[in-house]
Amino acid sequence: MRSVIGIDLGSTTTKAVILDEAGEILGRGITNSRSDYDLAAAVARSEAHTNARFGLLAQAAEGRVKPSQIARLMRAFRLEQTLRQLVRLRELVEEEVEKSGFGGLKPAAASAVAEIFKRIEEEERAFFRNLDPPKRSDFFRDAAGSAYTRIAEELGDPQGVSFDMLLGLYDKCIIRVENEPLDLGFRDHILAALKRIGSPEGLRGAVSMAAETELEEVSTVGTGYGRARLPFPKEQIRSEILCHGLGAHRMFPGTRTVLDIGGQDTKAIQVDDRGLVTSFQMNDRCAAGCGRYLGYIADEMNIGLHELGPMAQKSKRCVKINSTCTVFAGAELRERLSLGEKREDILAGLHRAIILRAMSLLARSGGVFDEFTFTGGVANNHAAVSALEKLVHENYGEKTLNVSPDSIYTGALGAALFGHSLEN
Amino acid sequence: MSRASIAQWAKELYEDLDFSVVRRWRENNPGRKAIGYLPVYAPREILHACGCLPVGIHGGGDRLEIIKGDAFYQSYICHLPRSVIELGQSGRLDMLSGVLFPSTCDVIRNLSGMWKLLYPEHYVRYIDVPQVADPRIATDFWAGELRRLLSDLGELSGHVPGEEELRASLALYNDLRQAIRELYAARSEAPWTVPSEELYLLLRAGELIPPEEFLAKIREYLAAARAEPGRMRDNSRVIVVGSFCEQPPLGLIKTIERAGCYIVDDDFILGNRFLVEDVPLEGDPIEGLAAAFIQSAVKSSVVYEPDPEGKRTLLKAQVEAARADGVIFAAASFCDPALLDRPMLKDGAEKAGIPCIAFKFSENSGQFQQFREQAGTFSDSIKLWGGV
Amino acid sequence: MSKSREDGAKKDQSMVIQKEMIANHYKRLERVPETREPVVYTFVPGNLTELVRSFGALPVLPEINALQSGMRKKSGDYIAEAERHGHSEDVCTYVKCDIGMIKAGNIGPTGTRLPKPDLLLLSYTGCYTFMKWFELLREEYDCPTVFFHVPYQGDGILEPEHREYMVRQLHEEVIPALEKATGNSYDEDRLKEYLALSARSEDDLVAVLQSAKQRPSPIDAYFGAVYYVGPIFSAFRGTQEGVNYYKALRQEVEARAAAGLGPVAPSGPMGEEKYRLVVEGPPNWTHFREFWQMFADEGACVVASTYTKVGGTYDFGFRHDPADPLGTQADYCGGCYTNINLPGRIDMLVDYLKAYEADGFVINSVKSCNSFSAGQLMMLREVEKRTGIPGAFIESDLVDPRYFSAANIKNRLESYLQMIDARRAGLSA
Repeated sequence: MRSVIGIDLGSTTTKAVILDEAGEILGRGITNSRSDYDLAAAVARSEAHTNARFGLLAQAAEGRVKPSQIARLMRAFRLEQTLRQLVRLRELVEEEVEKSGFGGLKPAAASAVAEIFKRIEEEERAFFRNLDPPKRSDFFRDAAGSAYTRIAEELGDPQGVSFDMLLGLYDKCIIRVENEPLDLGFRDHILAALKRIGSPEGLRGAVSMAAETELEEVSTVGTGYGRARLPFPKEQIRSEILCHGLGAHRMFPGTRTVLDIGGQDTKAIQVDDRGLVTSFQMNDRCAAGCGRYLGYIADEMNIGLHELGPMAQKSKRCVKINSTCTVFAGAELRERLSLGEKREDILAGLHRAIILRAMSLLARSGGVFDEFTFTGGVANNHAAVSALEKLVHENYGEKTLNVSPDSIYTGALGAALFGHSLEN
Repeated sequence: MSRASIAQWAKELYEDLDFSVVRRWRENNPGRKAIGYLPVYAPREILHACGCLPVGIHGGGDRLEIIKGDAFYQSYICHLPRSVIELGQSGRLDMLSGVLFPSTCDVIRNLSGMWKLLYPEHYVRYIDVPQVADPRIATDFWAGELRRLLSDLGELSGHVPGEEELRASLALYNDLRQAIRELYAARSEAPWTVPSEELYLLLRAGELIPPEEFLAKIREYLAAARAEPGRMRDNSRVIVVGSFCEQPPLGLIKTIERAGCYIVDDDFILGNRFLVEDVPLEGDPIEGLAAAFIQSAVKSSVVYEPDPEGKRTLLKAQVEAARADGVIFAAASFCDPALLDRPMLKDGAEKAGIPCIAFKFSENSGQFQQFREQAGTFSDSIKLWGGV
Repeated sequence: MSKSREDGAKKDQSMVIQKEMIANHYKRLERVPETREPVVYTFVPGNLTELVRSFGALPVLPEINALQSGMRKKSGDYIAEAERHGHSEDVCTYVKCDIGMIKAGNIGPTGTRLPKPDLLLLSYTGCYTFMKWFELLREEYDCPTVFFHVPYQGDGILEPEHREYMVRQLHEEVIPALEKATGNSYDEDRLKEYLALSARSEDDLVAVLQSAKQRPSPIDAYFGAVYYVGPIFSAFRGTQEGVNYYKALRQEVEARAAAGLGPVAPSGPMGEEKYRLVVEGPPNWTHFREFWQMFADEGACVVASTYTKVGGTYDFGFRHDPADPLGTQADYCGGCYTNINLPGRIDMLVDYLKAYEADGFVINSVKSCNSFSAGQLMMLREVEKRTGIPGAFIESDLVDPRYFSAANIKNRLESYLQMIDARRAGLSA
C-alpha cells in the first residue's frame, strides 16, 4: 500500500499522520519532542504506523471479535512497549549506580533501584489488567517518571540513599532512553501482545495481515517549529502556518479562519475555500499569552496543566487581568490571591486574558470568518474555548466554532496533504 | 455640593467610556460640534471661540478592554494609542466631528494619519508646535498654524469668531488656568484637604465639559475643600513627573498617596496647565495666544529645551516651588518623551541632592504591589534620612 | 565558479571606492585635533550636508555610527552601558548605542576616535527622538546646538508657509550658527556648486534604484541598496567623491543589468529570482548578513524599499536645485520618508508594488523606531486592501541584538513565501 506521511515537529510534541493513496487518514502518532529531532520524528512515524496497522487490523477483524478485544490487544501492545523501555531504563540506571561515587551507599542504592523497578513493573501490569484505567499521558517519560518519583520519594532515606540521589539517576537515564532508537514498532511487539491476551482465534489472521501489509512511503513532508532540523530536501519542508491552514480545512472544510495556540506561539490564519492561506499573523518573540503561560500558572499553583481549565470553569465572577506576560505571571497571581480573590476567578481571568491576546492577532490577520476552527494544545482547554466563543460572539457575531479532538494533529495532517499533492 | 459629592460627580464622568456628558452637550446644543484632542497641548481657546466643545481624549485607562486596538499596534508601543483606537473602533467617539493630534511624539503623530484613513468624515489635524529658539520665527510660525486652525474650524463649525469672541475665550481659559493653579496651590498648602485622587478626577472631568462649567466646579470644589479641614497625615511630599501623556490608572495615584507620599505637584493632563502665564488680551488675539506659548509654555519633554542648563535645573526648581522632598518618575512604558528625558532630569535632581525613584506603568496596569512597596520605602527613607 | 569570482570583483569595485571614501573621512575626523577642521553633528534625515560642507565643516552622523556599531557586533555592549547610565530598555537603541559608544571612549566604526562637535545641528526631520538625542549629546559635549524645525507633512504636502518657515530658519538661525561655529562666512556660490554635485549623484542613484524594474533585478533594492545610499545619506552628498562613486556604481549596475545578472548576496550571487518584494522599514543591523541571506536563500529579491528614502526621496523627481539654494534644502528635508504622513507612505508602497511588478511586500517593524513602526500594522492592511497582494510582517530591532529572533523571522518569511507559492500554483488539497 502506498502512503504519504506528514510530520509536525513541535516544541513540546512531535506528531505524524499517514495518508493512503486516496488521501484518507490511515494513522496518527505522537511523541514528546526531544533533543534528537530525527529520533522524535522516527518515533512519531513509528507510532503512526502502529496506529495505521491497528486500523487495518480492526477492519480485518470486524465482525469476528468484539471491539473490546481489539482495545485489549492495543493495551497489551502498549504494555509490551512500556516493559521494553523499562528494561532499558533499568539497565541504564544500574550502570549509573555502578559508575557512581555513592561509595558505601552503592548496595543500598542498587536495592532501592531494584525495588523501584519491580514496583513500576507491577503497577504497569495492574494498569493493563484494569478494565477501566484512569486517564494518563501516553508518553513513557510521563508515566514512568511519575511512578518512579512517587516510589523514590517513599523509599528515599535522607540519611542514606536520598530521594534526590534516586531522582538524579532517573533524570540522567530517561534522556538517554528517549534518545536511543528502541525497537518499539508494531511488528516488534504485536505477537507478544496477542499472546498476552490469549491469542483469540478471530484476531490471529487480522494481526498477521496487519503486520504483513507493506506501507510504502512515497513522500514525506515535515513541518513545525523544528522543521529546519529535519533531514528532508527543501521542497519537503512546509511552514506550519500553511500546514495548519490545510489541515484545518481538511478537518472542517468550511473553515475560513484558524486560530492555533501552541506552547510557544499563537497563530491567526485566514484560508480560502481550498484551505490555502491568504493571510496570517503570529505573536512576536515574547511568548505572552501562549500555552507556555498556562504552564507557568499551573506550576505556580502547583497543579496539573489539565486541571486549570476545569477550575476556571467553576468561576462565577471573572477577575480582570491585564497582563499575560510570562515573567509577571507569578507576581500577578500572588497579588490577586493576597487581595483575597478566588483561585477560580483569577484563573477565569487568566484564560480570558490569553484569549484577548489571540483576539488581537485574529483582528490583525483580518478578523474571524465563518467557519472558525481552533487548534493547538490550548484548544483542549474548555475554559479557553468558552472564553473564545464568548469574545468571538461579542465581536464578530454568531460563528461556527470547530474544535476537533484530533486538533493536535492539524499541522501533521496538513503536511501529509502537501505530500499527497506533491505525489498527485 | 460637598467635596465628596463633587468628587463622585467627577468620577462618574471619568468612568463613563461612552462620553455621555459630551453626547448630552451635543443634544442640547444642536448644530454645534465637539472636537477631540490628544495630549499634550492643544489650543482649546480656538475651539471654544468657534463654538465647539473641546474634548480631551486620554484613552480608556484600566476600564476598557482592548480587542481591536491591539490589532493596530505592536507590543513595544505604549498603551494609549491602542485604547484610543479601541474607543474609536467601538463607536464611542462618533459624537466628535474632528480630532487634533499635537506633536507629542511620533506615535501620536502617526496616529493622525491613521485617523485620516479610519475616519475620513472627521476633521483631522496634526498640530506641529514650534521648536525653534528664535521667538520671532517661532511666534510667526505658530500664529500661522493657529490661524489655519481657526479658519478650518470656522468653516467646520459654521461660526467664524470675531476678535472679541476670541478674546473672550482667551480670558476664559486664563481664568481656568488660574483656578487650576489655585487648586494646586491649595493642594500643596494642605494636601490632606485636596486628595490627589479627587484633584485628578476633577481635572479629568474638566476635559469633557465646557470650560465655563469646569471653572465653576473648580471654584465650588475649592470652597468645599476650605470648609472641610480633613486630617493631616505624616506623609512625605513628592512630585510626580513623566505622566503628561498616557495617564496612570487611578489606582496608581491612590497607591502613591496611600503609601505615604503626598503628590504636591505632577504633570498629569499637563495640557491644561501648559501656559504658565496669562495670554495677553490686548492686541491681536491669535498673536497673543501664539506669543504666550513661545514665552510661557511649561518646560516639558515635548518641546525642545534650548537652554543647556534647562534639563539640569528643571526638577530642582519644581521641587523647590512645590516644597517637595523628592521626585517620583512615573512614566508610561514605551513613552519616548518621558523615558528619554528621564536620565537628564534624574541626573540634575540627584546632583541637587533630591531623592528620586522611578517606575513605569501603563494606563491599564492592574497590579500596584510593586508601586506600593517602592513608594512606601521611598516615603519612609525620606522621613528617616530627610528629603532635599 | 569563474562567474562568481567575476561578480565578486565587479561588486568590489564600487565597494572599494566606498570603503576608501569612508575610511578617509574617519581619518580626517581623527586628525581634527591637529587640523582644527570644524565638526558638525547632524542626522541622516534632513541632513544639510552641502550647507555644512560649504562652511568647510565635516559632518558626523550619529545614526551611521550606531548602525556601524551594530554591524560590528559592538552595539550590545554600548546599549548595556547606556542602560547602566539610567536609560530605559524601552527607548531607541540608536540613541543608547551612541551614548554607550561615547561613554566607552567614542571610538568610531573604523576604529578611530571621533572628534567632539563644534555644533550640534539638530535637523528635526521626521523623528521625535532626534530632539532628545541631541539634548542628551549636548550634556556629553557641552557645545552649541542649533535647532532646525522641519514641519511634518501632516496633510500630505509641504505647505508653502512651512517651506518659508524653514528657509527663514536657515537664514536667521542655522547659517549664523554655522558661521559662529566654523568661523567662516556663508558662501552661497560654493553652496550652489555643491548642490549641483548633489543633483548629479542623485540622478545616478535613481538610475541604480530603478534598475530593479528589470527582470531579474540587477540589484537588491533593500539589503544591497543600503550600501548604495550610504554616501549620499551621510557625508558625501554634494562632493566630487560622491559623484565619482555614483557614476562608478551606475556603470557597474548597468553592466550587470545588460548581462542579465542578479544581485550578489553575502554568500555569493543570488540564484534564480523567484520572488520580487517591496520592503518597508529599516533593516536589522546586528544580524544584517544573516537577515539578507534568509531572503537570498529563498530567491527573494527586494526590488524597492522605503528605508532607502529616509535620507532623501529622489525617485519621484526631486533633485537639489542650485538655483534656489535654501528653498531646495527645505524641499529636501520636507520630503524625507519619515517626514511623510501615513497615507503618503501607503501610497508610496502601493506605487512601488505596481511600478516594480512585485509579488509581495514585507514590513520589518523595528522596536526602536516609533516614527517608522507606529501604524505599520495599518499600512499592512491598507496596502493589502488596495493592491490585493498580501503582505508579511516581521519584527526585529535596529541595533539591539536581544531583539533579533532568527527562528521567528525565518518562520514568518518562509511561511509568507510559501503562501505566495501556493497562491501561484492554486494548489488544492
